[in-house]
Amino acid sequence: MVAESARENKRVLEVKNLKLHYLTSQGAVKAVDDISFCLNRGETLGIVGESGCGKTTTAVALMMMPSPPGKIVGGQILIEGKDIVPMTETQIRKQIRWEKISMVFQGAMNCLTPVYTIGKQMMETLREHREMAKEEAIARIEKYLAYVGLSRDVLKRYPHELSGGMKQRIVIAMALFLEPKIILCDEPTTALDVVVQAQIINLLKDLKQQLDLSFIFITHDLATEAEVSDRLMVMYGGKIAEIGTNEQIYGKQGPMHPYTQRLLKATPLLHEKVEELAFIPGRPPDLLNPPKGCKFHDRCNVVMDRCKEEEPDLREVEPDHFVSCWRCRES
Amino acid sequence: MSENIFEAKNLQKWFPVRRSITDLLKRRQSYVKAVDGVTFSIRRGEIFGLVGESGCGKTTTGKMLMKLLEPTGGQMLLDGQDVTHITAERLKTYRREVQMVFQDPYASMNPRFRIRDVLEEPLLIHKVGEDHQERLKMVARALTEVRLQPPEEYMERFPHMLSGGQRQRAATARSLILNPKFIVADEPVSMIDLSTRAEILHMMKQVQRELQLTYLYITHDLSTARYFTDTIAVMYLGRIVEMGDPDDVIDHPRHPYTMALIAAVCEPVSGKVNRIKDVPIKGEVPSAQNIPRGCRFHPRCLYAKEECWTQIEPELEIVEGRHWVACRRYKEI
Ligand SMILES: Nc1ncnc2c1ncn2[C@@H]1O[C@H](COP(=O)(O)OP(=O)(O)OP(=O)(O)O)[C@@H](O)[C@H]1O
Ligand SMILES: Nc1ncnc2c1ncn2[C@@H]1O[C@H](COP(=O)(O)OP(=O)(O)OP(=O)(O)O)[C@@H](O)[C@H]1O
Ligand code: SF4
Ligand code: SF4
Ligand SMILES: [Mg+2]
Ligand SMILES: [Mg+2]
Repeated sequence: MVAESARENKRVLEVKNLKLHYLTSQGAVKAVDDISFCLNRGETLGIVGESGCGKTTTAVALMMMPSPPGKIVGGQILIEGKDIVPMTETQIRKQIRWEKISMVFQGAMNCLTPVYTIGKQMMETLREHREMAKEEAIARIEKYLAYVGLSRDVLKRYPHELSGGMKQRIVIAMALFLEPKIILCDEPTTALDVVVQAQIINLLKDLKQQLDLSFIFITHDLATEAEVSDRLMVMYGGKIAEIGTNEQIYGKQGPMHPYTQRLLKATPLLHEKVEELAFIPGRPPDLLNPPKGCKFHDRCNVVMDRCKEEEPDLREVEPDHFVSCWRCRES
Repeated sequence: MSENIFEAKNLQKWFPVRRSITDLLKRRQSYVKAVDGVTFSIRRGEIFGLVGESGCGKTTTGKMLMKLLEPTGGQMLLDGQDVTHITAERLKTYRREVQMVFQDPYASMNPRFRIRDVLEEPLLIHKVGEDHQERLKMVARALTEVRLQPPEEYMERFPHMLSGGQRQRAATARSLILNPKFIVADEPVSMIDLSTRAEILHMMKQVQRELQLTYLYITHDLSTARYFTDTIAVMYLGRIVEMGDPDDVIDHPRHPYTMALIAAVCEPVSGKVNRIKDVPIKGEVPSAQNIPRGCRFHPRCLYAKEECWTQIEPELEIVEGRHWVACRRYKEI
């Protein structure tokens, strides 16, 4: 019991049975369907999975800003122990979004307005949220620019005058300057070259320590996650397939869920020449009409009869290692 | 027919910028030298990979090839024919022969169009297909080729209703629909997970072989580029600094920038989380408006010596076979 409560104390975010469905004219797209996980203070949790498995949807749910026709249809999101799902939009805006939890959106660096200078855009965003004098705002902006390794002369520049890496740093600075404790980064390095990518990753590691932040780092790249995430959560078809520590997933033993194993095999090594890249044949489930049983069963190479009928739930198979697969149960 | 489907000779693209009133009064004109003299040839039926830092001019090069941007200097040849500057008439046929998959699938699709309209549009512009019915069949086939299945379901969606990767596949489908002979693919798979990426590259390679297509493939992903391409060119700040067979370039890089790129690649192994990665490169990317003199990489190069900034810029030279490098000191390092 003592151990259990110590664990809970470390939690800055806890998600319980969360469901976010897109209520389209053809029916509900179950993009996030009954997922539970937590985020500890000072850690980076990685979220990976194939395109369309619900990574971005999970993040926008945590921000309480689903894109239409999306709706949170169940579950709880506890930030510092308090459920934010029942809150009104006004409460969320005042107390939660950008204040306690902020997000670097997928492709955000391409969404900086081309006609305004970086300074103007940062200033407006900051003053939308905080009543502060201009000088104070500038000081705050410069402080965070320094954190992300940029000098103040970027303020006078327009987005097209900056490199992709610089724009990404601006967007990260904007996610930071309201001083939230939880930062969601959706594919923050995907569009960048590997050198800048390594620099951004180094930057996030540094910020995590300096500012005592907790990160959720979304990408589809298991290699990147290996270098950033303390723990990894693998999603498949709107559900969690596996959660494990970096060592559990990338260490000798390797992941347990057949899907994670195949994903890892499909991650090429630079210095290994291959004739064909490995991939997982078949396609992710239709989220409008999800299949019966385990969502992965039609692509799984170790499928059993039971898998086609019953869906396995997420179980802790060893400390901190959760897997939803019938094959990964002791009995 | 010449062996090379496409040749670029000392190709340049400078964007004029006027920063301030004083610039204006003094009639001072400065330029962003996005592409600053690149020379390469693409052989018929090959996949030519262009890699390099963000902002080094890859997209600008691709857009010149697509004739979306007029070159500032240099020459471009398609099938041996000068296409540096062409008439509006020729441009129409050119646009069927050369297709582009854009880097940013958000920006390249009209948000008010359903996916079926997005894909039908090029068919309408180029008057392909007897009637709407036939065009829809072609749209469905293209969507199937990129694994957006069942196509009927995706055809009805608006771009915002697709995930990032699904949108990128729709963009690829759009470029294939006109059966071009040369495709400029600007990071066509960057937002797609590695498994699907492998599958799409596999698909693109099959289509390429079947239809004898040639690709200019722009990417950041060296690991898949190694498998996918026949030639890799590494760009830095508007110039090609190294070029050659993918295995040579990746296993035996000769240019210090290529070495940094390779050292920066992440690997899926444990034990790296709490370590700050050491990448053999200094400082920040300089602005393309203010290109360092001498070797343009010198402020960031760990091997730079005085000769590197006092002497003129090194040109690409042959290391051996099909492997070129533009570095004064490559033999010593
Ligand atoms: N506004 C919407 N309306 C209907 N369906 C949607 C909407 N937004 C997303 N979806 C669907 O929900 C599923 C999950 O999408 P999401 O954007 O969360 O995926 P993702 O894991 O972030 O993928 P990617 O790696 O490609 O960004 C996808 O199948 C997508 O088609
Ligand atoms: N229309 C424009 N006006 C001024 N500068 C421009 C314009 N378009 C591009 N640039 C600049 O030219 C340089 C090269 O840009 P380009 O988009 O070709 O780079 P890239 O290699 O494709 O980068 P990324 O990998 O980030 O996509 C950049 O410094 C960019 O800011
Ligand atoms: S539950 Fe069955 S089908 Fe699903 S991953 Fe495990 S073995 Fe494969
Ligand atoms: S020429 Fe000099 S500065 Fe340029 S890459 Fe070679 S060693 Fe470095
Ligand atoms: Mg996403
Ligand atoms: Mg580009």
